[in-house]
Parts: sequence; C-alpha cells; structure tokens
Amino acid sequence: MITLTINNKNYEVDASPDMPLLWVIRDIIGLTGTKFGCGIAQCGACTVHLEGTPIRSCSFPAIAAVGKKITTIEGLSAKAGEAVQKAWIELQVPQCGYCQSGQIMSAAALLTKNPKPTDADIDIAMQGNLCRCGTYQRIRSAIHRAAEMI
Amino acid sequence: MKNPTASNMNRRNFIRITGITGAGLVIGLSTKANGDASVENLINASDSYELTPFVQIEKSGRITIFNPRPEIGQGTFQSIPALIAEELEVSLDQVTIQQTGGEKKFGPGQSAGGSASVRTSYMNLRKVGASAREMLISAAAQEWKVPESECYADQAMIYHKPTGKKLGYGELSEAASKIGVPKTPVLKDPKDFKILGKSSPRPDVPLKSTGKALFGIDAKTEGMVYASIERCPVFGGTLVSYDDSAAKKVKGVTAVETCERVFNGHKSTGVAVIAENYWAALQGRKALKVVWDYQGNEKFQLKDYEQSLRDAAKEEGAVAHNQGDFDKAFADAPVKLEAFYETPVVSHSPIEPMNCLASFTEGNKLEIWTSTQVPGSIMNEFSRTYGVPQENLKIHMFFNGGGFGRRLYPDYVHEAVQLSKKIGKPVKSMWTREDDTRMGPFRPMTFSALKAGLSAEGKAIAFQHKVISPTLSDKKDYDKTKADGTMTEGISEQKYEIEHMKNLYVHQYLHIPLAAWRAVTSTTLAFAHESFIDEMAVKAKTDPMAFRLGMLNKPSDTKNLLEKLKEVSQWDKPLPAGWGRGVAQYEFFAGLGGYVIEVSKKGKGIKIEKVFAVIDLGTVVNPNTVEAQVQGAAVMALTAAVKTGIDFKDGKSVQSNYNTNQLIRIHEMPKVEVHILANGGPKIKGVGEPGLPPFAPALCNAIFAATGKRIRKLPFDINNIG
Repeated sequence: MITLTINNKNYEVDASPDMPLLWVIRDIIGLTGTKFGCGIAQCGACTVHLEGTPIRSCSFPAIAAVGKKITTIEGLSAKAGEAVQKAWIELQVPQCGYCQSGQIMSAAALLTKNPKPTDADIDIAMQGNLCRCGTYQRIRSAIHRAAEMI
Repeated sequence: MKNPTASNMNRRNFIRITGITGAGLVIGLSTKANGDASVENLINASDSYELTPFVQIEKSGRITIFNPRPEIGQGTFQSIPALIAEELEVSLDQVTIQQTGGEKKFGPGQSAGGSASVRTSYMNLRKVGASAREMLISAAAQEWKVPESECYADQAMIYHKPTGKKLGYGELSEAASKIGVPKTPVLKDPKDFKILGKSSPRPDVPLKSTGKALFGIDAKTEGMVYASIERCPVFGGTLVSYDDSAAKKVKGVTAVETCERVFNGHKSTGVAVIAENYWAALQGRKALKVVWDYQGNEKFQLKDYEQSLRDAAKEEGAVAHNQGDFDKAFADAPVKLEAFYETPVVSHSPIEPMNCLASFTEGNKLEIWTSTQVPGSIMNEFSRTYGVPQENLKIHMFFNGGGFGRRLYPDYVHEAVQLSKKIGKPVKSMWTREDDTRMGPFRPMTFSALKAGLSAEGKAIAFQHKVISPTLSDKKDYDKTKADGTMTEGISEQKYEIEHMKNLYVHQYLHIPLAAWRAVTSTTLAFAHESFIDEMAVKAKTDPMAFRLGMLNKPSDTKNLLEKLKEVSQWDKPLPAGWGRGVAQYEFFAGLGGYVIEVSKKGKGIKIEKVFAVIDLGTVVNPNTVEAQVQGAAVMALTAAVKTGIDFKDGKSVQSNYNTNQLIRIHEMPKVEVHILANGGPKIKGVGEPGLPPFAPALCNAIFAATGKRIRKLPFDINNIG
C-alpha cells in the first residue's frame, strides 16, 4: 500500500512497485482526464504536475510520487491554470481533444513559472506534447492570450 | 442538462429519451430517398424501421438532437446539430446533443469519413428542423385560433406577433405531434441564419479543456478486465504455440486466450493476456513465450518492394482515363519531359490508441464501448458476425481521440468482442503505441511516372500520369486490366485544359494491411501531379501560377481558387533574396484546396516562412472549425512529407513508437493563414481532407523556386535538402 496525494486528496492504493503513476491515476483511482498515448514519455498526453512541475506520468513510477503533491487536469485550479483553460475555450483550441489535458498541464506549468513567455519559450515548454490534429497554432495563441489574462 | 458528452448516452439515459411515447414530438427522415429525403412524423407513423428520428421534444421542454456523425475532431458535434437547430429556431446551448450508436432507426450515414458529414447532410437535416418548426407554429396557431402567418418561432418559443402571446416548444410538443408533417417545409433564407455560416463555439470544447470529455479508452463497466494482445510481428505469419506459464504468474493476470485480428483480407491469431489492470496485462504479455511461423514473410524488405514498383512502371498499365490521342501527341511534341515520383508508407497514429470495451452477456446480448468512425457498419457487421439481433446490440459512443481513417476499421473491436465471449466477462482491450505503429493498417505508397508534351511556345498539349501501387484491399489475383479508382483518385479530375491525356494504373501486390488515410490517395498523387505541373511550367519558362491559369480558360472553381491564392499571397510581389514561393491545388472527391507556400534557405535546410491556404466550400457552416481543420491538415501533410514514415525490414515495421515514427511538433509548425471561398449557391464541399493533398507539392515547388532543387521523393529531410 502506498499513499498518494492527488488534487489535495490522499489515496491509499495497492499498486505494484513498478506501476507508472498514469495507471494508478486512471485504472485504480479512476481519474480519466489524464491520457495514455505512448508509454515512453514521447507524446505528453499523460502530463501531470508533481509539485508544480510537469512530468510524464506514463514513465514515472507511482512509488516515486509518494509524499509529493500531484495535480491532474481535474485538480487544476491555480490562476495560470484557469487562465489557460479560459483561453483554450475562447480560442477554440481542441479538435479531437485527446492530447489537450496534457497540453493544458504543460501550458499551465509554463505560465506559472514564466507569466509572459515568448514564442521561443513556448517552443521549449510545449515541444514534448504531440497533437496529431495539429492544433499547435491555436495552442501558441491561447498561451499568449492566457498570459494577458493573468 | 446542457451539452453532455457523447458518452453521457449511457443505457438509462438512452431509454429515458427514446422511451417517450405519444406525448412528444419526434421528427425523422425517410431513408427511402437518397439526397432528397422526405420528412416524416414518427409518432403518427408506425414503428417502421425506415424512419430516422433526429429531433425529440419532451413536454418538459427538453430538446434532444441526435447526431449521426461521430466526432473525431472535425467538429461534427457542433456542425451537424447546428443544421437542425438553425431551422428549428433554437440555439445549441438549449439542446442536448446525443451521438447515435448505429441504431437502425437512425438510418444509413452513421459514420464520419470522406469529408462527407456536412456536405451530405446540409439540406436534409435543415429540412428536419424546418418541419418541426412549422408543426410547432401550426400547433400554436390552432391553440390561439389565429392564422399561422401571424406566428413565428424564436429561441424555443412560438410567438403571436400581434398580441405578443407565447408558448414554449415543450408545451406545444404534444399538439404538434398530431399535425401532419409538411410536405415541403420552407427553409430559412441564409441571410437570416443565426448559427450557420458563423464562427460558433463548439459545445465539446469546454469538456475537452477540462479533462471531462470522455473517449472510448475511458469506458468502464462493472467487473471489467483488461487485455493486451501479442500479435505476430511479421505480416503473414501464423501462431504455432505459446507458453503462458510465466505470464500467468504475474500478479493480477487472470487468463490467457487467443483471438483473431481480421482486417480486410488479412487474418491473424494473437495471444491476449487478461488481467485485473492494464499494467499487469502488459507485464504478463512480456512474460509470454510465443512461437510464430513467419511463412517466409520474414524475407520481405520494403526496399525490394519499392524496386519492384520502379520495375513495374515499365508496364503499359490499365487505362484510368483517355482523351484525345496522347501517344501521338506526345511523340510529335517538340518539347517533352518525364519524371518519376515516389512517396512513403505512413501511419495514422491518432494519439488515442485503439481500444474497445466489450461485454457479451446472457441472452445473446452484446454491448460495445469504443471510439469509432463507423457505428452504423459496426451494428450491421457485428450483428451478422456474432449472430446477435440488432436490438440486443448496444454501441456506446464516445469522442474519438483522432480518426484520420484508422477508426473506419473495427478490427480492434472484434478482438475485444471475441475475448469477452471466450471468458464471459467484460473485456477492455487496449493497443499499445507499439502495437499501433507496428501493426498498421498503413497508408500505402504510390509511385508515379509522368510524361508531358509541350508546344514550341510552351503550351501543354499532352499529359500522362501513370500510378504504380498496391490497392487498399489488396489481392494477389488483382485483375491487371482494370485501373483502381481509389489509387488513381483525382488524377483525371483536375480542371487543366490539356487536349491529349492518358492516365494509367499498374498494380503491384503488397501483403501488408493497408487502409484509407485522411484524404486517401490524393495525399500522395497530388504531390506527383502538382510537382510535375510545376516542372512543365519551368520547361515552358512560364511563371507557375500563370502557367496553371493559362490552362484554365473556362470558368471553374479551380480557377477561382488559384486567383484567390494569387491575391492573398501577393504572388507577384518580389521576395527577399534566397526565398522562393510555390503553388499547388488539388481537386478530388472530398473537395478542393490549394496553397501558396514561401520558404527561405537556412544553411543546408529550408525554413517555411509563410503558408497561405484557400479552401473552396461553396457554403460554410462554421468558419472557425474550417480554419482549424485546414491548419491541422497542413500539419499532418507536413509530417507525411518530412518525417520518417514507416519502413519494413525482415517482414516487420522498423518504427515502433513516436521516438522513431516522429510527428511534427509545435516548434516545427509554420503559421497557416486560411481563406475560405464560400460564395453560397447549392454546391457544398468537404472540409476535413482537402487541406492535405496540395501541401507537399506547394512546399516542394517553393523549395525548387528557392534552391533549384526538385524533390521527387517523399519523405525528404527539410534540414538538409542536399
């Protein structure tokens, strides 16, 4: 049994020691906003925050998150997070939407650290999040828009 | 409840909505007529299965619009209900949208593909909305004993103009349901549209921005177990035996079973590890020991097959299109040119991996929860295959985490259904990214041999495009005297006025599972076709835009499109030194799009500076969605042009995940400026696909203009063009 703190709530879970955080969040705890895309930290669909830093939960052992604050899309509430979600809706960013939880988590982490990111900053922070629908242009605009709102 | 997700259509909800009897108004379309269906009142009709109900109004005022077009990112969750809502005089935030799950009463057309959703529903679904509106007006007029002409509908209310009296749709629904359906409902004048033609927000966007949208992979049901399936890595191989003793020792693993993957003509047996959670299933799968018989297919090398395509280009081929006398005109032409173009195999790679939750239960009942583009055909095919009556088969619909053609094929649904049937429990089968990348199906390559004859003045007089390729549902005994329509898609439909043309097709069998990919074969053929048109312009010493327009003397959408591209890109404005611009267009079954792309030299490579896109629609439903679709199409086309694609060595896919099968990332995407040609009128063209085919040729034509280097083989390295 390990105890994980997800979205300010404690969960006692019976997970095998090698189980990635993603599967604990999705299959055991049942929060499905965090998505599975590749399993090798290449696509970013599984991005969550660990103490505010974006991590790829598909490749992060759950046991390593014990005692740390985990935030998923369902628990995103900080100022930057809310601004990102508002901007996402205003600029109609999602198409299929599958990668967008991960995109939003990466964008919110970027804006928390850097409230006025340049295009180059966005390139670096968002490079790990794939979008097969190709919503990148709107993602970029929405991050700039969110920066204006903060 | 406002704007629920598609996945809110759980069983209880579904029964509640469809369980309404005489009290509500239910409007459907007769499916007897194609293209011009008549609207019928289902309450007054018998329980005929020829009727398809799309609108339900309950006494409480709740309005439900059923959407038969799966949402795969293309925006049908807004654009299809909007067709009905516009005429019904309701806004989309006043209605509940429900995805249909292949139920017979919703008729054919429960699918998303071919950029067909809006263009084939536009008139029929407006008629559904207009009929309901007219019946509600009649009911109100009768209630008030006033002429119908004094009444109007607005925001789910009927008003009496002279007195200001009003009644809600819910209050009128019972009376309205007893009124005969108008034979020819009057459609709104487009100038009065409140939703159609406007950039309205999509009701799925807030759900998709908060993690609340549910996809097939999020489906759950009581007592479900997870499956991961080991399949033969070599296409054409068969299962000999397996040892599951180590797999069964993995904590959480509960069973190991075989299942069949059936894809077009391909059939292969896989070994499924079933466990209490997906992670355990994956660990169990790693512990399996499987013996395969590759049947000699391990000798297959893609490079050898590609050489066979080059060799087959020498064959005359079957005639796909013939006008004038190409052979003579080409032989006599004072100026001749020939070129050979090659394109790769690519993957669909939607970010949501293939998955399906299936539950076979007692009494021969089957429930399916999945992301799919084709609930209608799943209903028919699975009912037949598993002997389950359609009323016992329930398909739960979800948002699709990408489609791109991959989810037209329910091979992954079959696997889950078979496993559930075998073990008697609900089984959620999920593909890994490696399964998705290695197992396909894949977009096939096409190779193209092109020939053109020009007059001494540089006028195009003879043209030939010969396609050499496998077909999508490939067969060894393919009749080589026939040209495959899909594999020659669009090459004979371009509007260029060239007197002598003979297009040909040469088939070459490939044993790998192949499938339609977004914009299908036009994605590869347009590259060859429009790059070669550019080569002709160069040979004719004519500006490539002027050369194209010079072959378009008759009025056509293509001519309008190119003129629009010329205008928005300021084609004639000089570019900085080291820059070049290219143009391309392509018309095919889905519609018509075109690009002007500007590039600059950057060291050994190329930087894409500007991208101007024009899409010709005739009529547009949601310009904001169209812009998004074209920008996305450009990204997908760029990936297919400059990223690795899929290679096969020793019978297996070389690529396995996004690290080796790379997609364009945010820093690589150029800004795409989208212009929509929508001059009204009866024609309406597709949105999702036409942005793909002309992208690669416009890019490569720009690279030629900037560097003098002609790219005839995709993919190419944009950072080192040699």
